Amino acid sequence: MSSAALATAGGSDTTVIPIIRERGQREVFCGLTGIIWLHRKIQDAFFLVVGSRTCAHLIQSAAGVMIFAEPRFATAIIDERDLAGLADCNEELDRIVNQLLTRRPDIRLLFLVGSCPSEVIKLDLSRASSRLSKKFSPNVRVLNYSGSGIETTFTQGEDACLASMVPDLPAAPADAETSLMVVGSLADVVEDQFIRLFAALNIGPVRFFPPRHAADLAPVGKNTRYILAQPFLADTARALEERGATRIDAPFPLGVEGTTLWLKAVADVWGVSSGTFDAATATARERATRAVARYREELSGKRVFFFPDSQLEIPLARFLARELDVELVEVGTPFLHKQHLARELELMPKGVQLSEGQHVENQLDRCRAAKPDLVVCGLGLANPLEAEGMTTKWSIELVFTPIQGYDQAADLAELFARPLVRRMRLVA
Amino acid sequence: MQLTVWTYEGPPHVGAMRVATAMEGLHYVLHAPQGDTYADLLFTMIERNAKRPPVTYTTFQARDLGSDTAELFKTAARDAYLRFKPQAMIVGASCTAELIQDDPGGLSKALNLPIPVIPLELPSYQRKENYGASETFYQIVRALAGPTAPVLGTPRPVRVSGQRPRCNLLGPTALGFRHRDDVVEITKLLNELGIDINVVAPMGATPADIARLGEADFNVVMYPETASQAAQWLTRTFGQPATKIVPIGVGATHDFINEVAKLAGVDAAPLLNNTTSRAKWYAKSVDSTYLTSKRVFVFGDATHAVAAARIAKEEMGFTVVGIGTYSREFAREVREAAKIYGVEALITDDYLEVEAKVAELQPELVLGTQMERHIAKRFGVPCAVISAPVHVQDFPARYSPQMGFEGASVLFDTWVHPLMMGLEEHLIGMFRGDNEFHADAAPSHLGAAHKPLQNVVSPLVAAAQIGASVFEPILGLTSVSTPSSAAATIAGWALEAEKELNKIPFFVRGKARRNTERFASERGMSLITVETLYDAKAHFSR
Repeated sequence: MSSAALATAGGSDTTVIPIIRERGQREVFCGLTGIIWLHRKIQDAFFLVVGSRTCAHLIQSAAGVMIFAEPRFATAIIDERDLAGLADCNEELDRIVNQLLTRRPDIRLLFLVGSCPSEVIKLDLSRASSRLSKKFSPNVRVLNYSGSGIETTFTQGEDACLASMVPDLPAAPADAETSLMVVGSLADVVEDQFIRLFAALNIGPVRFFPPRHAADLAPVGKNTRYILAQPFLADTARALEERGATRIDAPFPLGVEGTTLWLKAVADVWGVSSGTFDAATATARERATRAVARYREELSGKRVFFFPDSQLEIPLARFLARELDVELVEVGTPFLHKQHLARELELMPKGVQLSEGQHVENQLDRCRAAKPDLVVCGLGLANPLEAEGMTTKWSIELVFTPIQGYDQAADLAELFARPLVRRMRLVA
Repeated sequence: MQLTVWTYEGPPHVGAMRVATAMEGLHYVLHAPQGDTYADLLFTMIERNAKRPPVTYTTFQARDLGSDTAELFKTAARDAYLRFKPQAMIVGASCTAELIQDDPGGLSKALNLPIPVIPLELPSYQRKENYGASETFYQIVRALAGPTAPVLGTPRPVRVSGQRPRCNLLGPTALGFRHRDDVVEITKLLNELGIDINVVAPMGATPADIARLGEADFNVVMYPETASQAAQWLTRTFGQPATKIVPIGVGATHDFINEVAKLAGVDAAPLLNNTTSRAKWYAKSVDSTYLTSKRVFVFGDATHAVAAARIAKEEMGFTVVGIGTYSREFAREVREAAKIYGVEALITDDYLEVEAKVAELQPELVLGTQMERHIAKRFGVPCAVISAPVHVQDFPARYSPQMGFEGASVLFDTWVHPLMMGLEEHLIGMFRGDNEFHADAAPSHLGAAHKPLQNVVSPLVAAAQIGASVFEPILGLTSVSTPSSAAATIAGWALEAEKELNKIPFFVRGKARRNTERFASERGMSLITVETLYDAKAHFSR
C-alpha cells in the first residue's frame, strides 16, 4: 500500500517538478460532499442521494450543523429489503421521488445522486432519471450523476454534477456571436464582480455555469468560449467540448496575479487592447495588491504543507509562493490534471515537491519531519496536528469561502494568516 | 428505501468507532470506500479529540473493485499492526464493503497476527449506530474476557473480608452524551459508598483491562444502549450481577445508591442521609412555582428520555405530554414509561414524525436532541438538549455531568434557563409600548446615542405569571388541536378582539388564536369578537 513513485509534471521540458505518487489510506471526502455548496448555488435544485445511512450521515456531518430550514437534499436509504430483492429498487425510488415532489412543489431540478452502494449494486440511475423526467416533465427535470467515493473525490462531485447538466444546455445557433461561459461554482458576489469587469472590458455575452436557477441554462455551441473558474472540472470540460465549446487556457483566478492572467486570457480572445485591459482592471488590481501586501509580513518565509483535499491546492500554493513569499514544503493534491493546470505549473517555484493521491500515514510522517509553520489539511487531521504542536488551516474553508477574484485576494491571504496570528496571540 | 432528511444515528460502523476511539491500545481496520474517513471528523471536531480515531480505512476506489480489494484489506491490516502495535484489533466492513463480501474476519485470520483480532459483523442495511456500539463492545468483551471465564456454574469466589467491593462501569464511549463527566461523577459516588472501580469500559480501557472485567463483584450499566448486551454476557459467564437503574435525576440517583449498596453489601444510609441536592431545593424554592404543570415533550435515546420524563414529572412538577425515542431496540422500555404518564410513546427515527408530534402537542418545553432543538426553534418553543446525537455544544469545556446529584443540578439549570429566556422575551414584549422600552428607544441610562438593549430584571418575573394565567384556560387544552391546516374556514377577527388577543403573552398567543378560531369555526361563526375570545376561554377552561 505504500508504493511510492516519483514522476514529473510540467507543460514543457524546462519545468520539471517532482511528484510523489502514493497509494494508501486517502483521508478525503467523497463527491457527495459537493451537495453542500451545490444546493445553495442552484436555488431550485434538490439533491436526492440514493445510498446508505453512511451517505446520509456524511452529508449531515459535513454540513456541520443541521440547517434550520428543511434542506434541499436528502437520502433515499437503501435497506435490506431492497438488497434481498424483496422490494424493487426502481419502484421504491419512484415512490420516494413522488413523496418528495409532493412535499416540495418548488423543486424544478432533481438530481438523483449515485453513491458507493448504488454503484456496487449497479442501480441504473440514468434510466431511473429519464423515466422520472418523462413522468414529471415539464415541471421537474430529473438528472443523475455519481458522487460516490469509489468514483469521485470531494470536488469531483461538482464536476460530475455539472457534466450531467451539459447535455441539457440548449444549442446555440451556428451563427451565434462569440460568447463566454464561466464554468465552476462561484459565490454570487464573485460572479457579480466578474460581470462588472467583463462589462468594463466589453466582453460578452457572459454566462455562468452552474446557473443560480435551474431553468437559466446558457446555450452552448461552436462559438462558445469557456473558461474554468475551478480546477477540478475535467469531465465537465470534456462534455462542453463535445458540444463544440472551446476552452480558454489560463491559470485560476486566485490572488491578484491569477485573477489578472485569468481575465487577460479572456480579454485576448476578445481582442481587448492592453490599454483597455489596464484601464478596466487597474483600480481593482491596485486595491487588491495593497490589501494582499498587508499579509505578506505575516506569511513571508513561512513554510506551508498542503494535504490533498479539493484540487485547489496547486493554484493556492502558487498564490502563496508568488504573492506572499511563502515557502512550499509539499503540495498534495488528490488528482493532478496536467492539461488544466499547465499554466499553474509553469508559475510554480522550481523544484517544489508535489504529491498526488495519498498515503495519509506516510504523508503525516513527512509532515512531522518537515515541521512546517502551517499545515493545510482536512478536519479529521487538524485538531490532532494542533495537539502535536502544529498550526493548521482547515482546507474545507477554502472551498466554502468566496476566494476568487481581486476583491477576495486579501481575504484568501487572511485565511492562511489567521491561524498563525492566533497562535502568536494565544502564546503571548 | 426510506426517505431521510436528517438521521438520529449513523451507520453501525460508526458505533464500532465510538467504542474503538474510547479505548486505548485497540485498533480498528475498516474495509470501506474512499470518503468514509469523514467519520474521523466527528471525533476530532465535535468531541475535539486530540488524537485521530485509531481506525485504518482501506479507502478502495472503483479501479480496486476490478482488481483485488481483499489484498488491499490484508495490506492495510498488516501495515496497521506494524505501525500502531495495538494489543488487539477489531476488523469489519462499512456498508459498501459489506456488499463486496471480502470477509475481513477470514482475511485477517490468514495474516496470523500475534494479537487477538476480533471480527465484527455489523449489518449496515439493517441496523444503526447504537447497535454497532453495543455489538462491538460485546464482541470485544467476549473475545478478551472469555479466556479467563470459570467453568460454567462455578460460584463467585467470596470476597476476602475487609476488602472493599469492586465494580466495573460499563457503557461510556467516545461521542457519548456527557459520558466523560458521568464517569467522574459515578466514580466519586461509588467511592463514597466504599466501592472501588475495577475497570471503566470501553472509555479508557485497554484490551488488557477488558481481560480482567471478571475480577469485579458486579457491573454498573451506565448506558444500556451500549452496555447491556455485554453486561448480560458477564452475568452469565462470571455470575456478576448488573445494575438496572440509571442514576439520572435525584430520585433515580437515590434508587441507584440503594441498588448498588445492596449489590456490594454496603450501607447506603450514611451517604443518603448526608447528601443535599441543590436541584431539589431549587425546585422547591418559590421562584420555581412558575414551572408547575409546564407541558413538556421528551424525545431522545431510551435511557435519557425515560430518565428525563421521570425528572420532569417528579422533580420539576411538569406535565409530560409526550415521550419518544429513536432507539427501536429499547422501544419496550419507553412504552412502559409512557404508561406512567398516560401517553402513547412515539417510536420513530423519522424526524418529520417527531416534528408533526410537537406541532400537534404544542408543548411549552421540548426536551430532546439537537434535532428537536431545531424543531422547537421553528415553533418558537423553548428547548433543552438531553441526549445524543451530539453536537459540538454537547461537549462543554466545564464539568457538566448528567448523572448523580451534580448531574441533577446540571439538568435543573439546563432545563430552566430556556424557560427563563421565554419569560424575559415575554416581558420585553409586555413593555414594548413603554416610552423607554419600545423597539427603537435607546436605554435611558446609556443616553440617546446607544442602540436599545433588551434586558429585564428578574423581580418582574412574577408579573408575567399574571398575564399568562389569565388566559390559561384557552391554552390548557385536554383535547389537542392540530396545526392551523385543520380549520377549513377560519373566522375573521374583529379589530377589538385582535387587540385583546395581543394582550396575551406571545409564547401562548398562537395557541390561543388557534383554539379560538377552532371554537368559532365549530360554531359556524364568521367573526370573532372579544366576546368570542372569552367564550372560547370559558369553553376550554378545565
